[in-house]
Parts: sequence; structure tokens; C-alpha cells
Amino acid sequence: MRKPKTKTGRKNGIISKIYIGLILAFLYAPIAVLIFYSFNEGKTTVWKGFSLKWYAELFRDDNIMNALANTLIIAVLASIFATILGTAAAIGISNFKGKKRIIIQNISNIPIISPDIVMGVSLMLLFTFLGVMFNFEMGFVTVLIAHVCFCVPFVVLSVMPRITRMDQSIYDAALDLGCNQWQAFYKVVIHELMPGIFSGLLMSFTYSLDDFIITYFTRGAKFQNLSIEIYSMTHRRISPKINALSALLFLAVLIIMIIINLRDRREEKLSAQKS
Amino acid sequence: MKSRKPSIPYIVWMVVFTMIPIVMIGFTAFTDNSGNFSLEPLKNAFYYKNVFLKSLWIAFISTAICLLLAYPIAYLITRMKKSSQNTMIMLLMIPMWMNFLLRIYAWITILQDNGPLDMALSMLGIHATYIGNTGAVVLGMVYEYLPFMILPIYTVMSKIDPALIEAAQDLGSNNISVFRKVIFPLSIPGIISGITLVFVPSASTFLVSQYLGGTDDIMIGDIIDKIFWTDQHTGSAISLILMIFIFVFLVLMNFFGDEEAIA
Repeated sequence: MRKPKTKTGRKNGIISKIYIGLILAFLYAPIAVLIFYSFNEGKTTVWKGFSLKWYAELFRDDNIMNALANTLIIAVLASIFATILGTAAAIGISNFKGKKRIIIQNISNIPIISPDIVMGVSLMLLFTFLGVMFNFEMGFVTVLIAHVCFCVPFVVLSVMPRITRMDQSIYDAALDLGCNQWQAFYKVVIHELMPGIFSGLLMSFTYSLDDFIITYFTRGAKFQNLSIEIYSMTHRRISPKINALSALLFLAVLIIMIIINLRDRREEKLSAQKS
Repeated sequence: MKSRKPSIPYIVWMVVFTMIPIVMIGFTAFTDNSGNFSLEPLKNAFYYKNVFLKSLWIAFISTAICLLLAYPIAYLITRMKKSSQNTMIMLLMIPMWMNFLLRIYAWITILQDNGPLDMALSMLGIHATYIGNTGAVVLGMVYEYLPFMILPIYTVMSKIDPALIEAAQDLGSNNISVFRKVIFPLSIPGIISGITLVFVPSASTFLVSQYLGGTDDIMIGDIIDKIFWTDQHTGSAISLILMIFIFVFLVLMNFFGDEEAIA
């Protein structure tokens, strides 16, 4: 689009910059406030001087550290499992035709469109029922299953367009050149699908990290992850340890996002040089 | 590649973990404790009619505010250089990656009595309570879900072919009619999918209202949370009604918008 060069154009430019600035301020102000108070010596929102003591207390808190580990383990396992299940499913579903395919895809989308709380309570009903039948209690495994449930649809959705766009003759060519079906798949097809698989994996990982509601209903009595831990902390007396935790999580997110962004830019440059 | 077999594990998975749980919700909603057919849970659910309406109202207001805030910024981002666009999108996504509960907790910190907002405005002589009312709940919802409105609108707008806009300009349209006749109609699928992404979670979430609202701001999600642990039948009945309502809403939205944009 053309750049505005008139006087009104410049004025609009300033107004739009202010608008964008305000939206960003709205999104970041709360985080900034948490980070600010994480360095507060005092326990309330009254400033009592600079201190790192909440960080020290955070690392000494075994509950939080344990919950953090659980969150990461669940996110890694759920996203890997969901990616394998979802990629295989997308390949299989792409070979269904017409009505059957639409029905399967719609059922697959149910976890995305149904409210989290409904999915949470319905899985809780299932797990309590199965728990009575097979004598087990809800915990790590049920949370993992629940997370896989809401991750797979995202993987299917991000891999599917790659399959439909892929040139089928690549696969046939691999077969003609002497690959068996399995070799043709992991030597050729998987590379074509990789961007879709990767974005499915990334989405699964972030949704799993962020989830509270579904974990809350499927965790049973003992399993704690970070969301649950924060939830129970806000029900007791709020501790500024949460502020320190927020600051560290924000830093981690920021670093990951910058790395991803730099990687994308480098790839863009490389592909620009090639063409 | 030509086989349907790879989808079998997932189809089995969907039957066990998607279909059966929904059937169980339906079954539980129409039975009593001894497993006999009963309409009692449904009757109990209607006792919370007003909570239900209030939830829809809060979700509606939050969605409308998100749309008003998101549309201009999505448009402004599409007019930036490509590299600035990517950076802006990243900046909008970073807060979404912070934990859901921490984002609400941040607003509790800001809005509470003697919090930073209260202290700042007290210095100007303004004394008020900022937490524990419907406004605070709406604020929390807008904060949680604003990026879900911006991203789909931006995605759809950035795919509009610049040649279409140039053609409209060459044919004598000024900026306003280019917007009204080209950009806006083409961005409708993004608006529809943004509305869906904001309305569904804000109508059904819980905790935001518990943390930021007053006693009469309790939402349907909070009721399900409270009831389900003691009375699964009434809890299931409310969940079922909520789910049916959401599906009807989605079908209506689908009717107005492009199906692919929503998926």
C-alpha cells in the first residue's frame, strides 16, 4: 500500500502510533506492575525498598518448583504424543472422501469449539467412571490424557492443509526410485509436512502450558501443576512469590519469542538470497 | 500415503475421549442419583437462569469492546512494513503466553484497594473502589481475550490483494469508500472468527468473575465449578445447556461467515 505523504497523512500517522502505543501499554502494564512489585521488600503494594528476597523464597519453595516441573513434563509429553497421533490422523483422514471426511473432521474439532469447562467436567465424569471400574485415581496420567485431547485437534488442523497442498507425485516418485512405503514416508513426505507438524507441536506445547480449567477437573486430589499451584496460592494469603514467578516466566517467554523471531528472519533472508 | 489406517488410533481416541464423555454428560443430566430417568437436574438448572443471562451479557459486552479496540489496530498493522508487522504480532502474543491465572492476578494487584491505581488517583483526590464490580470483570475478559480478536482480523486483512485496493483507487474511490467497499467486506470472515474466539471462552470461563467481580457477577462457569463437586446431575444439566447454546451460536456464526476462516 502507498505511504501517505500529505499533511493529514502525517497527522494520521501520529494518531495511529499513539493508538498502537496505548494498546501495547494496556497489554503490558499489568505484567510490568507484577515485575515491579517482585523487587519490593514489603509484602503489600506499598513500596518498602529494593530486595531480591522473593526470588530466593521462590526457589526454596518445593511446591512451586515441583509444580513447575510437572507443568513442563506434561507439556512436553502431551505435545509430542499429540503431534504423533495428530499427524498420523491427518494423513489417514485425508484419504477419506466426501461426507465421511467432513463428519470425522467435525468430531475432531469438538474439543476446540466446546467450552473448556464442559470438556473438563465431561472428562472428569469419564475418568471417575473408569476409575471405579478399573480401580485407579485421577492424577498425572488423566491430566496427560486430557491435555492430549485438546492438543490433537490443533495438530490435525495445522498438518491437514500441508497434505492437501502436497504434490502426491513426490511420494510416487520416491516409490518408483525404490523406496518402500515407510522409507518414502520418512525420507520424503515428512519433510513436506514439517512446517505444519512444527506449528502443531508449538501450539500444543503453549496450550498445555497455559491450561488451567481442564487440569483443574482431571487432576484428582494430589497432582499439582503451576496453574493449580497459583490457584491455591491466591486462595490462601497472596504471597509476593507469585510476582517473582511471573517476572521469571515473562523473561522465559520473551527469550523464546525472540529466538523464534530471529530464526524466522534468518530463514526469510536465506530464502530471499536463494531466489 | 493412500491408506486410511493411520487415522484409526485417533478415531478410537475420539470415540473414547470426545464422544463418550459428551454422551455421559447427557446421560447424567437426565438421571438422578439412583440412575433413574429424571427431569429434576434440568429443573434445578433453570434456577440459574439469571446467572446464565448475566454471563451472556458480560460476554457480549467484552466481545464488543474487543472488536472496537482490535479492528483499528489490526488495520494499522497491515499498513506497516513486513518486518514490523511480524514484530508487532510477536508483541501482541507475548502476554498471551503468560499463564491465564497470572494475567488475572496482575489485575487484582492493580485494582485492589491501596493498589497502584488507587494510590495514584488518591493523590488527585479521587477515592473509589475499582474491584468487585461488573466493569472489572469486563476489563479482565477484554485483557484475557483481546489478542484472539486482533490476530484473525489481521490475518484476513493482510491477505487482501493490494491490487484490489489500487483498482478501487484507480476507479476513483477515495480512502473512505475504499475502506467501506473493499477492505471492510473482505475482513468480515476475520471479524466472525474473532467474535467466536472471544465470545465462547468469555461466556463460559470461570475465576475471572470470582477474582474481579462482586457477589452478583458470578458467571455460569463459576456455578458449574461450585455445583459439580456436590451434585453432578445438576452440574451436567447446566453444562449441557451451555454446550447446546454454544453450538447454536457457532452454527449461526458459520451461517454468516466463511467456514474456513472459523476453522
